[in-house]
Amino acid sequence: MIGFLRDLPDNPFLLTGLLAGLLSALACGLIGPYVVGRRMVLLSGAIAHAAVGGVGLAIFLAAYAPTASRWIDPLTGGLIVAVAAAIFIAVAETRWGSMPETLLAAMWALGMSLGVLLAKMTPGYQSQLMAFLFGNISYVSWRQVKTLVLLDALLAAATALFHKQFLAFCLDREQAELQGVSAAVVNGVLLVLAAIAVIVLAQVVGLVMVITLLTLPAATAAIFVNSIAAVILVSTLVAAVLTTLPRMLVYGTVISAESAIVIAAVGTYLAALAVREGLGRLVGKGPKA
Amino acid sequence: MNPVVEIEHVWFWYTFPPASQPVLEDISLTVFADDFLGLVGPNGGGKTTLLRLILGLIRPQRGTIRVFGTSPAQVRHRIGYVPQHARVDVAIPATVLDVVLTGRLHRSRWGVCYGRADRLAAENALERVGLKHLAGRPWQSLSGGQRQRALIARALAAESQLLLLDEPTANIDLPSEQTLTDLLHELSRHIPIVLASHDIAFVTTHMKRVACLNRRLTVHRVDELSSDRLREIYGQDVCTIVHRPGCPLFDSGCRQGCRLAGETSSL
Repeated sequence: MIGFLRDLPDNPFLLTGLLAGLLSALACGLIGPYVVGRRMVLLSGAIAHAAVGGVGLAIFLAAYAPTASRWIDPLTGGLIVAVAAAIFIAVAETRWGSMPETLLAAMWALGMSLGVLLAKMTPGYQSQLMAFLFGNISYVSWRQVKTLVLLDALLAAATALFHKQFLAFCLDREQAELQGVSAAVVNGVLLVLAAIAVIVLAQVVGLVMVITLLTLPAATAAIFVNSIAAVILVSTLVAAVLTTLPRMLVYGTVISAESAIVIAAVGTYLAALAVREGLGRLVGKGPKA
Repeated sequence: MNPVVEIEHVWFWYTFPPASQPVLEDISLTVFADDFLGLVGPNGGGKTTLLRLILGLIRPQRGTIRVFGTSPAQVRHRIGYVPQHARVDVAIPATVLDVVLTGRLHRSRWGVCYGRADRLAAENALERVGLKHLAGRPWQSLSGGQRQRALIARALAAESQLLLLDEPTANIDLPSEQTLTDLLHELSRHIPIVLASHDIAFVTTHMKRVACLNRRLTVHRVDELSSDRLREIYGQDVCTIVHRPGCPLFDSGCRQGCRLAGETSSL
């Protein structure tokens, strides 16, 4: 940790990594509570893995159609496919009531396999693909930081405008519809925002492990506080600690920063669950339902 | 008196084309502005379906429904609806007040928070159902009966111009039922209420008109018959209706509505 702080002024990548972590924490806090509240944890996982296809396509195009790579980089490629997957799920849910689990699994695996396939067909070692799959917080560029700011601004604006609609929809779909909220539209917007958050957070821990950051800070916060506003606040703070502290602690060791963040997120959540169980026993009550 | 709900020759199937029996068959019903209408019938008789049609959540295959003179979907925010089963999903923590406030969504302004007027209306509504002291509690800490009352508060907070209640007494204990009854009586002086229930005694004791629904629908006035003899037997609070031939409940074997009412009330 001391090593990290000592090197911070000299190594610009430590600063961009720190900023990327904090910007991601904001994304966690803004969208995580809805992902948990709307019960779309697995949907988000599927969107993340489907997005790998877009990353692979961008890398493939960069090698074989260099002109195309000017407007499609791996981040954009992942974003486009993630948003498309979210819209597909939203339409499927409107039509069938819920997304069939098997179709979700198919989407999940297809994105992954297309991404890997396209990367294999591209000559050279695909460091960009690996960065997207497993995170690359040690080498975040300023351009990526700028993109993260934009994506966070989008999430913040959507929450500021539609928080009440989102919450009403999460709590009781039918009642939200009776209050003049289009369930199909809100559902689609929430899924698209989750897809954007997935790509934001992939910068930190990678698309494969992104689900931990998207949901665990919110789930941890939900154990201790009683209102959604508090969950948003607490989960942002929890995520901010998770995206900075573990990587500082393992700086200079062989442990990868991304793995440290994911393990810390899971550890924090499990510890929170244990504390709740322990507290429940102390006051002679069971855990809350 | 102005009609609030006009249902004309409505047929409804859950699976269309109609291979099976319709859930609702040629229903015609008018709810007036001063109505306090009970909707009785057996399970599966179509009570909830009829309420959902009035809300515009589903559409009839035949016939027309007009609410406040227009199509239900356009005015559904003016209808307060208390479903039979609380469908509130608290995967993320929400307080009782949070849930009641969602009844203000259509009236509230843009932005993150509900305004002062919305909070006041929600707190007021909780007070009317006797739950003001629980406003800050987590929703999942409420009992079934308390949840039902909180959902009524949500409908009240919306300042609806028509109230639809689906089995509001199903999960409620006797003292709470009395509170609810008083509340409904008071409300019925200002807004029309349609209350679906399988509890015929409850409906005949409190409602002005009763609609019997079992695929088909017939409307009775509660004072059409309440025999003195029944009053002797079951106590004076029990009034009753006599199902005539042609009434769907008569056809399904309930010839003596009085007996049913008596049985329920003697419990």
